Amino acid sequence: MIKVVFFAKLRESLGTQAIELESTGISTVTDVLDTLHQRYPQWQSELVSTQLLVAINHEMAKLDSEVSSGDELALFPPVTGG
Amino acid sequence: MIKVQTEDFDVNHEYHRLAAKSEAGAIVTFVGLVRDLNLAQTVTALHLEHYPEMTEKSLRRIVQQAKQRWQLIDVSLIHRVGTLTVNQQIVFVGVSSRHRGDAFAACEFIMDHLKTEAPFWKKEHTDSGETWLDANEKDLQAAKRWR
Repeated sequence: MIKVVFFAKLRESLGTQAIELESTGISTVTDVLDTLHQRYPQWQSELVSTQLLVAINHEMAKLDSEVSSGDELALFPPVTGG
Repeated sequence: MIKVQTEDFDVNHEYHRLAAKSEAGAIVTFVGLVRDLNLAQTVTALHLEHYPEMTEKSLRRIVQQAKQRWQLIDVSLIHRVGTLTVNQQIVFVGVSSRHRGDAFAACEFIMDHLKTEAPFWKKEHTDSGETWLDANEKDLQAAKRWR
């Protein structure tokens, strides 16, 4: 399984904090996004934002970064701390 | 020293902790506060969310990069989370070095990278409701100049 967590504005607009995906057929971040699009078509507008950032196991990652079973993948908007 | 906490911090205490090291010849500190006005809206409070498992890791990396780039003696970085009201302290960066140039540059480097890399998000409470803040283009440009 792959745990997908959401933060801030994205978490609020999706109405969920975390979900789990079967890792079968998933090898990159793009695969995770494609699976989310298929499973949750209602999330389409929130998940197509080119500004979304992604982290795998608490390290920043890219669309082509590898994802494996047991990973935690985080999706969030650009950061605004400080 | 890196801390993410809900409690306030004491700038005087943090300064004296950095000053206690005898080789320090310069200390630069920065404190970020909650502003009362943003984008023409009156701000009543600010909520700071973060990604607990990732935040300290991200801050440690930024401080490590600063230590590799300049000759620093010590760095203190404190970032608050939770709900803060106007004029409250959000973030403290304190840098000690032998000479002022390194401390000034490292302090600014750490803040510029914190604002664009560390997983914190601000939600503003104003008279007209709650709004998540968008990333600021000026902050992105500020971080790019160190490349």
